[in-house]
Amino acid sequence: MTGTPTGVPRFTFWHVVVAGLVALAAAPLVAIVASFRAIDSDVWHHLTTYLLPTQLLETAQLLLVVLLLAFGLGVGLAWLTTAYRFPGVALFRWALLLPLAMPAYVLGFVYLAWFDVTGSVTLLLRRWDIPLPQVRTLWGAAWVLALALYPYVYLAARVAFVTTSARALEVGQALGLTRRQAFWRVAVPLARPAIVAGCALVAFEVLADFGVVALFGVETLSVGIYKAWYALFSLPTAMQIAALLAFLAILALLFEQWARKRARFTTTGRSQPLAPTRLASLPAWSATLVCTVVLAVALLLPVAQLGVWAWTLGRDALTSRYWHFFANSLLLGGSGAFVTVLLAVLLAYAQRLDGRPLMHTAVRIATVGYALPGAVLAVGVVAVTSAVDHAWVALGRGFGAQWAPLLGGTVVAMLIAYAIRFLVVAFGPVQSALGRVTTRMDEAAHSLGETQYGVLRRIHLPLLRPALFAAAALVFIDILKELPITLMTRPFGWETLATRIFELTNDGRWEEAALPALAVTLAGTVPAWFLAKEVTHPTSAHTRETPC
Amino acid sequence: MQRRTFLTALTAALIAAPVSATVAAETLTVYTSRNEQLIQPVFDAFTKATGITVRFTTDKDGALIERLKAEGENTPADVLITVDAGNLWLAKRSGVLQPLTSDVVLQKIPAHLRDADNHWFGVSLRARTVMRHVERVRADEIARYEDLADPKWKGRLCLRTSKNVYNQSLVATMIADLGEAKTEAIVKGWVANLATLPFPNDTAVLEAIAQGICDVGITNTYYLGRLVAKDPQFPVVPVWPNQQDRGVHVNVSGVGVTKHAKHPELAKRFIEWLVTSDAQKIFAEQNHEYPVVEGTPVSPVVARWGTFQASQTPLSKAGELQRAAVQLMDRAGWR
Repeated sequence: MTGTPTGVPRFTFWHVVVAGLVALAAAPLVAIVASFRAIDSDVWHHLTTYLLPTQLLETAQLLLVVLLLAFGLGVGLAWLTTAYRFPGVALFRWALLLPLAMPAYVLGFVYLAWFDVTGSVTLLLRRWDIPLPQVRTLWGAAWVLALALYPYVYLAARVAFVTTSARALEVGQALGLTRRQAFWRVAVPLARPAIVAGCALVAFEVLADFGVVALFGVETLSVGIYKAWYALFSLPTAMQIAALLAFLAILALLFEQWARKRARFTTTGRSQPLAPTRLASLPAWSATLVCTVVLAVALLLPVAQLGVWAWTLGRDALTSRYWHFFANSLLLGGSGAFVTVLLAVLLAYAQRLDGRPLMHTAVRIATVGYALPGAVLAVGVVAVTSAVDHAWVALGRGFGAQWAPLLGGTVVAMLIAYAIRFLVVAFGPVQSALGRVTTRMDEAAHSLGETQYGVLRRIHLPLLRPALFAAAALVFIDILKELPITLMTRPFGWETLATRIFELTNDGRWEEAALPALAVTLAGTVPAWFLAKEVTHPTSAHTRETPC
Repeated sequence: MQRRTFLTALTAALIAAPVSATVAAETLTVYTSRNEQLIQPVFDAFTKATGITVRFTTDKDGALIERLKAEGENTPADVLITVDAGNLWLAKRSGVLQPLTSDVVLQKIPAHLRDADNHWFGVSLRARTVMRHVERVRADEIARYEDLADPKWKGRLCLRTSKNVYNQSLVATMIADLGEAKTEAIVKGWVANLATLPFPNDTAVLEAIAQGICDVGITNTYYLGRLVAKDPQFPVVPVWPNQQDRGVHVNVSGVGVTKHAKHPELAKRFIEWLVTSDAQKIFAEQNHEYPVVEGTPVSPVVARWGTFQASQTPLSKAGELQRAAVQLMDRAGWR
C-alpha cells in the first residue's frame, strides 16, 4: 500500500471496501427493488388519481420552504458568529447548534400545543379577540422542520467559514468588496461543498419525515408511503414510492456534484483564521437579539414547556428505570456512531483514492439510506437479517444441529441498520475534511519517506480529528432520536428514551412524553456542545493545519 | 482514550445481545402494538396468576406483522397483540397467525368480536361514537351517524384525520352495512360540515369541542374517559347513535397465536386467562374500555354514560373493506 497516491490502481483494497459497503447499504434496498415484481395497479391508480399529484406538489413546496429557511438561518447565523463580534457571540457559537438535540416531532407537538386552534397561546389571545391564523399547515410544518434542522447547515457552514483562509477574503476586500459582498462572492462560494452537504442532510430529513407532517396534516410523499402500506395494505407499493424517492435524491446529488466539478476547492497553503470585526453598538445588540430569538423559539421555550409538562404530569414516571433507558440510549448512540464513522472514513478514503464517476455513484448508493422513511428501511433491514438467519438455521440443520438465529433481535443487527441509515451523516464531514487535506501534503510526506500508514496516522488523523468528532456527534444525536429502526430491531427489554417517547405518543399521551423527550434533548445537548467546542473553535481547526 | 471507551461499549453491547436471547422455558414471548403502560399491568397480573413470565416488544401494527412475516419459523414470538380489527384481519391474511381451539374462549367472546376461523380474538372493546358538547347540543339532536352529514351541522363538526385506522374501520363497517354509494354520500356530507382541518388525534377533537371550535365530533370512548377522569367537569358527553338500526360502531384490541409459536400451550393459557374476569377488569378499569366478556363491570366514568346497543357487524369486515374505505375517504376529500 505504499504506491504513489496520485496514480489510480485498477483494483485495490479500497475497491473491495466500497463494494462491501455498497452491498451492505444496498441489501435493504434489494428488498425495496424486489417490490417491483408485483405492481398493484388498483392502488397505483388510486394514488395517481387522488393523492400523488398533491403529494408531489406539497413535498416540493415543503422541501423548498424548509431549505430556504434552513439555509438562511444556518448560513446567516454561521457568518454572523464567525465574521463579527457582538455581546454573547462566544456563547451563541455553540449554543446555536443545540436545537439539533430536539427531535423535530417533539418540537412540532409543542408548537401545536401553543398555536393550534385549542392551543394555550391561541386561547389566551382569543380572550382579547386576537385571532391567530391556522398553524396546522404546510407553513407550520416548514417552520418546525427548519428550526429543528437548520443546525445541520449552521454546523457545516461554520466549519467551512472558520477554515476558509482569511487571505481569500482579504484579497476580495483589497479588490474593493465590502464585508457583505465578500460574504456572498467569496465566503459562500468557497463554503459551497459544505453548505450543500448540510442542505442535503436537511433535504433528506424532510423527505423521510413522517412525524411532523403527520402532526401538521401535510400531504407529502412519505405520507403516501405510509398510506399505501398501513391503510391500503400494500407494502410493495409503499416500497416502490420509496424507491422513486431515493432515486430522485441520488439524481439530485449527482447533479450537484456534476455542476460543482468545474470548481476546485483546495486551500491555498498557509492560512490565517478570519479575524472577526467588532460590530457597532446598535448592530451588535441586534445581532445578539437575533441569536437569542432563534435560540428561544427553537430550544429554550420548547424545553421550558416540556419541563412544565414533565413536572406536572410525568414526575411519577421518573423512576430508576430511566437510568436503563438513558444507558441504553447512550450505549446505542456511542457504538452506532463508532461503527458508522468507521465505515464513513473507509468510504471517504476510497473515494479520495479513486475519483472516477462509477465510484461517486457507488458512494451515493451507499449513503442513500437517509432519504428513505425510517420504517421502510427498517423493514428492508429486517428482511435481510431474517434471510441471513434462515440460511444460518438451515445450515445448522444440514449439520444435524439446532442453531439459534444469528442476527435477529441482536444489537449487531441494530448497529448495521443504524450504519446504513446514518452513513451519509458521518460521510459529509469526513469527506469535506479529507478534501481539505491536499494531495501535495501526501506527496511531501511520501517524499520524506513516510509510509501510507504513517501518512494516515501522522498527517491525516490529526487533520481529520475535528471532522471525525463532528461526524460521531451528529450520528450519536441522530441515533438518540431515531425511532422506527430502534423499535423494529431492538432486543427484548432494550428500551431507550426514544422508545419511551413512542410508547406514550402512540397512545396519544403527548404531554406525558415530555419527560423522555426532555431526557433525549438533554442527552443530545452534551455531544452537541462538545461538537460545537471541538469543531468550530477558530483556533483548534487552524493550529492543526500548520504541519504543512 | 475516547476510542477505548467506545470499543468497550461496543463489546459490551455485542455480548449483551446473545445473553438476552436465551430465555427460560416458561416464558411467553409477545409482540404487541398495545403500548407498554397499557399492557404491562396485564402481563404482571398474568405472571402473578400463573407463574409464567412474559417478555415482549412493542411496535406499530404494520411493522410487527412485517417482522413476523420476515422472521417466519425463526420468530421468537408466541402471541401477537394488536389494536383495531383491520390490523387483526391483516395479520390473519398475511399468514402470521394460527387457529386456536379453546372452548372457554369461544364461549366467552361473542362471535362478531372474533375471527370466524379462530385466528384472532377481541379482548377489549371500544366504541367509536358521536361526541357532543353537553350544553350546546341536546341529546335528541343526533340519532344516527348519518345525521352529522345534515347541513344543519355545517361548520360545527370536528373529525380526526382519515389516516387514522379507527376512522378507516368505522367507514369500512358503514360500507358493509349501507353499501358504498350511501356511505360515500354521508362521508362527503361530514367533510362539507367540518369546522376546521381534521385533527391528528382524538384528544384534540374532544378539546376542540370543549373549547367551542365545534359542537360535535366522532372519537373513541376511552379518550373521553381519560379526559373526564382528569377533569370531571369536562363538557363533552357521548351520544349513542343508530340505536334503532345497526347500533354503535365498536372496535377491539385483539390477540392471536403466531403461526410459528414455540410455546403454543403457553399462548393458549394466556388467551384463556385474558377472558377471565380478573383480566377483563384490568382493561375496563385502566383504560376506560369495555370488556368483551359479559358481566364485567366498567369504570365509574364509563358507567355514567349508560349502556348502548353495539353493532353486530362482524369486525372482519373492517379489514376486508378497509382499502375500499380509504379510497372512499380520499375521494370525499377527507384529509
